[in-house]
Amino acid sequence: MTKSELVDIIATNQEHITRREAEVVVNTIFAAIGDALARQERVELRGFGSFYTKHRNARTGRNPKTGEAVHVPAKVVPQFKPGKELRERVDRSR
Amino acid sequence: MTKAEIAKVIHERVGLSKKESGQIVDVVLDVVRSALEQGEDVKISGFGHFLVRDKRPRRGRNPKTGEEITIDSRRVVTFRASQLLKQRVNGD
Repeated sequence: MTKSELVDIIATNQEHITRREAEVVVNTIFAAIGDALARQERVELRGFGSFYTKHRNARTGRNPKTGEAVHVPAKVVPQFKPGKELRERVDRSR
Repeated sequence: MTKAEIAKVIHERVGLSKKESGQIVDVVLDVVRSALEQGEDVKISGFGHFLVRDKRPRRGRNPKTGEEITIDSRRVVTFRASQLLKQRVNGD
């Protein structure tokens, strides 16, 4: 499912909402989560999961092709941990 | 940040009522969850991809007792952040 398919489903299911509004809603939700992560803030969505950031230390990596040592600077990476309900529902669908 | 705070942003920026804003956040998350539940990946451009992956069974160990255990095969959701989101959390 892509973002535009998600928007189509919302617009179809929710009669009081236009496609344009559904698009703004979907964009606003993910933008709000991104804004929080950019502030290094944790986002907890009950029944769905949590988004948070993790610090990675600088390290010396290696170019796998040439074997050459390269410096990998410290960085912050976004993470997602599925919530209990999502985890169980997905696992049960096997 | 919680669902209620996201609903508040929707209320302010989209102009839906407070009640509708709360409901629509749940609806969006529900649609994403249903797709994942059906084994379908969900790709949100500019944000990231939620991927459904099947994990094979493996031998594990209880880190507390050192006891060997079998970890059954399972289906999990993984998240791959987009380049854009990775840059944003690094303040680029």
